[in-house]
Amino acid sequence: MYAFDFVRPKTVADAVKALQAEDAQALGGGQTLIPTLKQRLAQPSVLVSLTGIDEMKGVCRDGDVLVIGGGTLHATVAREARAHYPALAALAGNIGDPAVRNRGTIGGSLANNDPSACYPSAALASGATIVTNSRKIAADDYFQGMFTTALEPGEIITSVRLPIPQKAAYVKFEQPASRFALVGVFVAKYAGGVRVAVTGASNNGVFRWTEAEAALSANFSAGAVKGLKATAADLIADLHGTAAYRAHLIGVLTARAVAAAG
Amino acid sequence: MPKVTMRVNGRAVSGEVEGRTLLVQFLREGQGLTGTHVGCDTSQCGACTVHVNGAQVKSCTVFALDVDGAEVTTIEGMANPDGTLGRIQQAFQDHHGLQCGFCTPGMVMAAAALLAENPKPTEAEVRHHLEGNICRCTGYHNIVKAVLAASGQDVSAIAAE
Ligand SMILES: Cc1cc2nc3c(=O)[nH]c(=O)nc-3n(C[C@H](O)[C@H](O)[C@H](O)COP(=O)(O)OP(=O)(O)OC[C@H]3O[C@@H](n4cnc5c(N)ncnc54)[C@H](O)[C@@H]3O)c2cc1C
Ligand code: FES
Ligand code: FES
Repeated sequence: MYAFDFVRPKTVADAVKALQAEDAQALGGGQTLIPTLKQRLAQPSVLVSLTGIDEMKGVCRDGDVLVIGGGTLHATVAREARAHYPALAALAGNIGDPAVRNRGTIGGSLANNDPSACYPSAALASGATIVTNSRKIAADDYFQGMFTTALEPGEIITSVRLPIPQKAAYVKFEQPASRFALVGVFVAKYAGGVRVAVTGASNNGVFRWTEAEAALSANFSAGAVKGLKATAADLIADLHGTAAYRAHLIGVLTARAVAAAG
Repeated sequence: MPKVTMRVNGRAVSGEVEGRTLLVQFLREGQGLTGTHVGCDTSQCGACTVHVNGAQVKSCTVFALDVDGAEVTTIEGMANPDGTLGRIQQAFQDHHGLQCGFCTPGMVMAAAALLAENPKPTEAEVRHHLEGNICRCTGYHNIVKAVLAASGQDVSAIAAE
């Protein structure tokens, strides 16, 4: 690791100020950033830890919306979202392992936008709003490709607002060594229609499978997606699976998610 | 250099560290607590697992300064006050839950966190909980058995004796 200064502000306002320094970077739970720093793939001058900011932590309900602080741990979401949004709680409870869940945060996961990460699929399928220190961004505008988001340098995710669906489920086909999604599908049914978000499958990161959304909005049953082919361009092909294998998994996992959602 | 202060195994400790000093370096090199192992340094093996304010974390993936003021427990804090093996450690010995022992400190700390939250876990719950702890020797069966035994459950029916 290259050397850097370390600060741990107590408020969002102080963190925003600290992030204005040249080459400053935010530190969430560090479960992605610390391994990156160890490989010398990043060289911040100062790390601004968000772990001391209480106003960014916690899960609360605002009518039909679940509001999760950007610094909330995966373990906390797994516990506290269960009564409100069980599919989301189950997703959080299956990220990595217990130690990762005790440090990693929803804000860090969404800021990182790993193409195989779990949370981006929940945010996109829920039509979530990403709230930062300066604005609100709709999930449909937020995810802009692998490891790329609408965030500006120094912008902090302070909370995430997720409309609570009538029914939902996330099914992840695990890459067994990393436990990230080889493919993961999040299906969420709302009064206005069904949203289907796919992670792990595309070089462009998480995406909505609109053909399945149309079929499921007309008929919410596993059979409704039978025979549908996920045609999204640029599927990931690597040593864990070919593009055709991933395309097949998208269909299978979508049907399973619909069945699990009930 | 900035100063960090924490309680480790009930004892107040402090030291000067760099921003990039990892908790595991502070514990091993600063405090001489070499029971916490570094197996991979890539956040994957869990050998470095310790508890921070009661929650298990990978000490190779936490900066010392980020846990300033915290209560930390390491494998050295798991023995009984008279120095004999604690309940979970003893179960690992009794049920051959280790061979080379490199992963064991992390396994014991992970198991302790599980049992604190779920005193009578099922075998499936133990396996799910230990997903982040890799052992290259035992094949896991005896580790799972040791954790179940430490929870006071009957393990005589479990295979792989
Ligand atoms: C062994 C292992 C297994 C894992 N398995 C999974 C898995 O199955 N599924 C999965 O989805 N993920 C998995 N992860 C990744 C994990 O979920 C991380 O916690 C997450 O990707 C990053 O969150 P973090 O809080 O640790 O962020 P950090 O690592 O601290 O930061 C990541 C990036 O986000 C930025 N950032 C952090 N917080 C904010 C914020 N509030 N606002 C703006 N920017 C911010 C940082 O500057 C950095 O660029 C795994 C990680 C490990 C080590
Ligand atoms: S040494 Fe920390 S996870 Fe392997
Ligand atoms: S006993 Fe050797 S790695 Fe687990």
